[in-house]
Amino acid sequence: MEKHTDVICPFCGTLCDDIEVHVEKGRVMEALNACKLGNAKFMSMNKKHRHLVPMVREGDGFVETTIEDAVERVARMLLDAKRPLLYGWATTECEAQSVGIELAEEVGGVVDSCASVCHGPSVLAIQDVGFPSVTLGEVKNRADLDIYWGSNPMHAHPRHMSRYSRYPRGYFRERGQQDRTVIVIDVRRTDTAGIADKFLQVSPGDDYELVNAFRTLLNDGDIPDEVAGVAKKDIEGALELMKTCQFGMLFFGVGLTMSPGKHRNIDNAISLVIDLNKYTKFSLMPMRGHYNVTGFSEVLTWQSGFPFGVDYTRGYPQYNPGETTSVELLSRGEVDAVFVVGSDPAANFPKKAVEHLAKIPSAVIEPHETPTTYLCDLKIPSAIAGIEVAGTAYRMDNVPIRVRKIMDPPAGLYSDREILKMILEKVREIKNGA
Amino acid sequence: MKATLITGRTIKQGMVLESKDSTMYTDANAICEFDPDDMKKFKVSEGDTVEVCSEDGAVFVRAVKSLQSPHKNIIFIPMGPWANQVTSPKTDSVGMPSFKGIPVSVELAKDKKVLTYPELLKQSYGK
Repeated sequence: MEKHTDVICPFCGTLCDDIEVHVEKGRVMEALNACKLGNAKFMSMNKKHRHLVPMVREGDGFVETTIEDAVERVARMLLDAKRPLLYGWATTECEAQSVGIELAEEVGGVVDSCASVCHGPSVLAIQDVGFPSVTLGEVKNRADLDIYWGSNPMHAHPRHMSRYSRYPRGYFRERGQQDRTVIVIDVRRTDTAGIADKFLQVSPGDDYELVNAFRTLLNDGDIPDEVAGVAKKDIEGALELMKTCQFGMLFFGVGLTMSPGKHRNIDNAISLVIDLNKYTKFSLMPMRGHYNVTGFSEVLTWQSGFPFGVDYTRGYPQYNPGETTSVELLSRGEVDAVFVVGSDPAANFPKKAVEHLAKIPSAVIEPHETPTTYLCDLKIPSAIAGIEVAGTAYRMDNVPIRVRKIMDPPAGLYSDREILKMILEKVREIKNGA
Repeated sequence: MKATLITGRTIKQGMVLESKDSTMYTDANAICEFDPDDMKKFKVSEGDTVEVCSEDGAVFVRAVKSLQSPHKNIIFIPMGPWANQVTSPKTDSVGMPSFKGIPVSVELAKDKKVLTYPELLKQSYGK
């Protein structure tokens, strides 16, 4: 049996780096230290049924094809389209993302990631008012107050609290849990709220008002007896904890970015953190979902200057969220082909967007069966990044971490990076008249 | 019953991301979590099929008692193809659809079937 230590978990943005995976005869026997989500991903490597060759739609079903044929079909689909959308990217490594962006530029398409439907509004707010960055290592060693707002890490990032906020002992937090206070702000009394010291239940869609209430009190104003469903004394109590802590941290989730107000909620939350820095050290961090959604924004920014929703239709990068982002492009019927890599928009986009996706030519690189592979015209299975392929991923605090390869992919499967390179070469070959 | 819908990750939904072709995916996602008091008030029992309607669509899902209550008049459907039959594509021009805070109505539909995702996709998108 092979024991792989310090394996990086390729599931959520926490990128836990202490997983011990036991592999025997090509099967994962155990994934020690992993949470339920990470464990499910590692154990899914033992699934009996896995597509090993590309499949192309024919009538009501799919027929097998070769990788060469699949690559040519994708290349021609992208070149034939006036404005193809290249979407996904959050569950693959940065090196593959880089080739994907080059491909988007080569074919004059729009390239966008899952960020546009998770923390895209956070990026817009950061561009408006700035952002005090901090690493999770600093949080672990220094923070004595952690706030989770619109975020439920017990379900979405199960080890976040044990590694960085609620429980761990840190350099300045020697007693661990006893040295730390946790506040949860949510519309439901979540499982995360169950292990917090203080819980504020905000009424749905009123987060902006609650942030404003904190800022009003901080700036010597007064507020009504109840704001956004929360009593004034509870707001004052939470604010006192924020003002008097030594190092405060606000972790915010998609509860803020997806609710009414969207990027304005984050804009206001960052402004609250700016105000709090008059009293103490305070910072904030988005709770990024997929393990390398942060990495895609980094890579796209190096290559195009913008973090998501980049349109190369005119030959140079244009960035205008609301116009060049996937849900609008699909809902308005403004793209005529879709190429998905490492994502599942058919499951995670609103119905109106998926209706258009189902009508136009589509191809997907994806190791598993998903609603998107079910609706697409061509599916190319790939090796699984972070388990069968090494590469770079960015943790939610923008720290790059090398994800490891712990086992070989089944014979005949290529990595996302290799498939994308083949498509890029084929596109150039066709463009050059070969 | 008039309610506010929020959608999002649950640990069960996250655990089946690599097994979407199994029945576990439907079991984890085609559900609607209710506040226990709302269930009593509107005579909804665990396991009943309910129809959730918004201005963008309708979907049949299985009623489940919420373990993360109270959340009076708020219902929760895990993110996925069922939830997205009723979420709003309106993005307020920032790219982000409205996945949370959607006004919906909920009706009991005990004799209706909760569809699996291939059935749901076939019905909604004709493929």
